[in-house]
Amino acid sequence: MSKVKLNIARCKGCGYCVDECPKQAISFTGRISEKGYDTIQVDDEKCIACGSCYRVCPDSVFEILV
Amino acid sequence: MAKELMKGNEALAEAAIRAGCRFYSGYPITPQTEILEYLSWRMDEVGGTFVQTESELAGINMLLGAAAAGARALTSSAGPGFSLNQEGISYLVAADLPAVIIDVMRIGTGLGDIAQGQGDYWQLTRGGGHGDYRTIVLAPASVQENCDMMETAFDLAEKYRHPVLIASDAAIGQMAEGVNLPELREHNIDSFDWAVRGCRHGDAPRKIQNTYYTRPDYVEYLRDKYAAMDSEQRWESYMADDADVVLVAYGISSRVAKEAVNEARAEGFRLGLIRPITLWPFPNRAFEECKNAKAYMTVEINILGQMADDVRLAVRDTRPVDFYGTFFGLPESDVIVEKAKAMLEKEGK
Amino acid sequence: MKLKAPECVFSSAGFCPGCGHGLASRLVGETAEELNIVEKLVTVVDVACCSFNIDYWNFDTIMAAHGRDIPTAVGVKHVRPGCPVLAYMGDGAAYSIGMAETIHAALRNDPVTVIVINNSVFGMTGGQMAPTTLPGERTATSPKGKDPARYGTLSGVELLKGMDIAYLARAELVGVGGMAKAKRYIKKALEHQLNGDGFSLVELLSPCPTNLNLPPVKAKQFVHEEMTKYFPLGEFIDKGGDK
Repeated sequence: MSKVKLNIARCKGCGYCVDECPKQAISFTGRISEKGYDTIQVDDEKCIACGSCYRVCPDSVFEILV
Repeated sequence: MAKELMKGNEALAEAAIRAGCRFYSGYPITPQTEILEYLSWRMDEVGGTFVQTESELAGINMLLGAAAAGARALTSSAGPGFSLNQEGISYLVAADLPAVIIDVMRIGTGLGDIAQGQGDYWQLTRGGGHGDYRTIVLAPASVQENCDMMETAFDLAEKYRHPVLIASDAAIGQMAEGVNLPELREHNIDSFDWAVRGCRHGDAPRKIQNTYYTRPDYVEYLRDKYAAMDSEQRWESYMADDADVVLVAYGISSRVAKEAVNEARAEGFRLGLIRPITLWPFPNRAFEECKNAKAYMTVEINILGQMADDVRLAVRDTRPVDFYGTFFGLPESDVIVEKAKAMLEKEGK
Repeated sequence: MKLKAPECVFSSAGFCPGCGHGLASRLVGETAEELNIVEKLVTVVDVACCSFNIDYWNFDTIMAAHGRDIPTAVGVKHVRPGCPVLAYMGDGAAYSIGMAETIHAALRNDPVTVIVINNSVFGMTGGQMAPTTLPGERTATSPKGKDPARYGTLSGVELLKGMDIAYLARAELVGVGGMAKAKRYIKKALEHQLNGDGFSLVELLSPCPTNLNLPPVKAKQFVHEEMTKYFPLGEFIDKGGDK
């Protein structure tokens, strides 16, 4: 089961989560979203569900499930 | 009930309380300061709020918050301070909020002077702030009318969800006359569903903002609203139906004009008077009864004859419209009669 | 730990990528839910970028004239004393055009909570110089950098420090630690209002990548490394608290 649920339609690609993730589990996909932003993905293997991404995301992309 | 002797400004303040007004925010400026002074203790007695703000800007915007929360809210100012109120008046209009703003007019431009005057007619009737609006303007001519108009002002403001202005002046504000005060009434702040109070789960949040953002029918809505407000024309007609010359005057100058009509009639000169009670909407319909009029003359305490253009529009330029104005001092009745006669001589026969 | 965006904040769509407003809006929503005041809170938002919140929050909201948010909030509070009232504005509104309103509401200790988003520029109009612009900072109206000999840099919090108010604090909307403090300060400010202690103000240093002409992560660094030199962080007044 995934630790993080993404509402990727909200992502504006600011990269705060990429910068703040203590496990380098978040990276840009290189795929351009409908809004025109390079959006992010989470590596579930590396993710420890610490919630850093949730806390620093200005667009409420993240939901921590565990 | 016995009459009470009251100063005009204090009568406005007491009448506001009796109309259910429980919120006042404003700043001192002559000649309206008695309104603040009176409400500073009177609001306490009725459990209302009085705030002396740091400026008229804060005063009008605090009033906006109170109005948005559902209160009958009042502020008052004069001349230069009324100019500062304009920012908030424009926002009140934009957000469909009812409130009452009193301008106790003074004389002149800029700082001008604290003397009695009717210097703000244009600012009052043209929508004095930025944007595309007008507001109902009530012009009392006596201390009794100060009492009677306050409840009307709040009722009209709520009927149209629109601010209403009261155009008083230094003379009416400072004079004392016997008055019958209206009954004390309470206003329920939950009377209107639109007033902010916290949004229950599942309800749509209330938004107080420019209705442009919320009404798809914005243009039609406003056109209809202003058309409906036009039906609120109020005036007093005094021997105008058969008059050869009809005076047009409001507020304190209308009282001198009425005296002039009496003097002229005593010597057989058919002079009449239309006294606008609403300055906007201007009482165009009042002029329909002036079947015999050869000429019109406004009597005002200002230099440019600010109301004369409205009379020209009302009579569709079918008759000449002149203006008699004074500065530093009331118009005089014998001068009015003399000028009216000269007008008839020139235009009339 | 399960974490989900508050239900009462349902969008941040209009804010630019990396804008601190989205963060502040969410924190207001989270604290409102934690304090159980979602159904009572009335918010007043300034006309500039702050005003987007009127469509993002599920609170009764007034969009006030630029810089007049505090008196507008005070008017609401007097009529509805049972409602917590929050004025949400930028540094231009609070410390430039609305400085008189800010200082005098503090002087009266008016019982409202104020959130000031300080991003060192006028955001909505396109990044012009503000009283909070740092010395040497290049903006649309200080293209050669703000000349400190002509224009000072104003800390509104310093001005309010000497006043008899309930709560005064400043945090940065940067990083996990900054966000945690920002949230705690907002919550304390609202608690002071609920306790009837009077005026509370929280300034939030906020990245404005668009107008700083920086990528979001660099804008965040500018806030953390440059702005905090002129705008120290912390709690400065906490009436009845441990300070």
